[in-house]
Amino acid sequence: MGLVESGKMPKPLTSLLNTARKYSLWAYQWGLACCAIEMGAAFASPRYDVMRLGVIPLPASPRQADVVVISGTVTDKMVPSIKRLYEQMADPKYVISMGSCTNCGGPYWDSYSVTKGIDQVLPVDVYIPGCPPRPEALLEGIVLLQQRIGREDMADRWRGDPLVVQ
Amino acid sequence: MTALTERQQLAYVDAQAADARVNVELETDEGMILNLGPQHPATHGTLRVTAKLDGEQVVWADVVPGYMHRGYEKLTEVRTYPQVTTLINRIDWLGSFANEVPFILAAEQLMEIEAPPRARCIRTILFEMARIANLVIFLGDLGVQLGAVTPTFYAFRDREHVLDQIEAVTGGRFHPNFDRIGGLKDDLPKGWIADTKAVMARIRSFCDEMEDLLFGNEIFEARTRGVGVIPAEVALAYGLSGANLRASGVDWDLRRDGGISGLAHDEVDWKVWTHPDGDSFARCWVRLQETREATHIVDQLCDGLPSGPIMAKVPRVIKVPPGEAYVETENPLGAMGYYLVSKGDLGPFRVKIRSASFSNISVVPWVLKGVYVPDIITILASLYFILGDIDR
Repeated sequence: MGLVESGKMPKPLTSLLNTARKYSLWAYQWGLACCAIEMGAAFASPRYDVMRLGVIPLPASPRQADVVVISGTVTDKMVPSIKRLYEQMADPKYVISMGSCTNCGGPYWDSYSVTKGIDQVLPVDVYIPGCPPRPEALLEGIVLLQQRIGREDMADRWRGDPLVVQ
Repeated sequence: MTALTERQQLAYVDAQAADARVNVELETDEGMILNLGPQHPATHGTLRVTAKLDGEQVVWADVVPGYMHRGYEKLTEVRTYPQVTTLINRIDWLGSFANEVPFILAAEQLMEIEAPPRARCIRTILFEMARIANLVIFLGDLGVQLGAVTPTFYAFRDREHVLDQIEAVTGGRFHPNFDRIGGLKDDLPKGWIADTKAVMARIRSFCDEMEDLLFGNEIFEARTRGVGVIPAEVALAYGLSGANLRASGVDWDLRRDGGISGLAHDEVDWKVWTHPDGDSFARCWVRLQETREATHIVDQLCDGLPSGPIMAKVPRVIKVPPGEAYVETENPLGAMGYYLVSKGDLGPFRVKIRSASFSNISVVPWVLKGVYVPDIITILASLYFILGDIDR
């Protein structure tokens, strides 16, 4: 990967790499609350069937995963575990925040034990609104993430520069 | 990425202290420690179970709840009555409508309002459909815990049809927020009853499929028969309810014995299923039969649906007169009750929620003592809890 690190990646190769990456996403399911069931409906039910988008929903460990779907209410007691498992994922890694609770606290905006938004601790790529979002919304979120991956410049990412999405 | 706030750091310290207490217990004697969760596929969410092992056997086990504590009881104090139902929908997220019913009944009891007969019937139909939506997931998930993934696909396939019907009436797949003090928000849409009966027939054939696929399976029987036996007196002592209690041979169902006037269970012909064994198989079997029974209840209520209004006369601004009420109903997971204290304001003064799963998992340390490690998973699966219902 010397080419990538030095930032001298030819454009066709970048787009080839990105195409390969975006259609082989291993999604780690962090199901916490109600949204986990809608995520289950999107990932496991024949009606929605996420695998046709190139997402493999059942990695055995976060170390094999490319994207983590955090779905449900994140409590302050849960945050350290989420952070720890996120740190175990190999780069490049993406976060989908599913549902109002994960986005901003949702109906528990004034609760004493709920973290108001997972973006306080993790960098979130896609926010999916809804309480809970329909499975179709999760599928759209995945498509948006794939579009984003498709336009990514891997060299930027390796240099640690802020990600620019055209 | 920002650093943790001070409040989060304090919560983290608290969590660490609670973990340390468990760890002290675990390290007092020799033996291997097995930690399940908080993120584990077999815990239905974020339950943490710690077990101390002697070889392959559990000598001590405990449950560490609280990873999903969202503070419902405190939040209801700062909401008005119509807003509370939005919130409590999310306690047991698989059968959401059933969560609203006991709260609304408690409020109706204090306001001395009675819902009209049609509202009672539709309420019962949705109550039982919430039970079906909940138990179908249980039947599908059961296979996953034993290493069979196929039942999950079947369960999600047929559950979608139930959710479609709930959505057709209430507008929400998961969280209907449809029950009102004094009745219901809307009437049934046109053609709904015929569709529902077709869906109920579908669910019955799903139950038959499960019976063939899972309950007749030799491996399933070997792993659940005689495993995790809870005798009736232990079940009663730990406050178990719902199918867990009925699987221990106790014939107790609040739908029949509760004397609840706001639901129409006494108008239909149905049966309370019990099983004398009290093992994991019995708990699964009772739930399978309850799913079937619920489809029959819905069918009968659809046939004999009375006409009339769906809303009693209720003031525009709801103020519940001062007083206290406790109403308990037989929810999909067991007995769920709300103790409602009102001081005559727009919102409740205090709400104590008695949720079924919290009592149901209190038996886990007792029942896990002496079992083998793979049986932990089947016992937890057969006890069937939902994390929102435990931690609230």
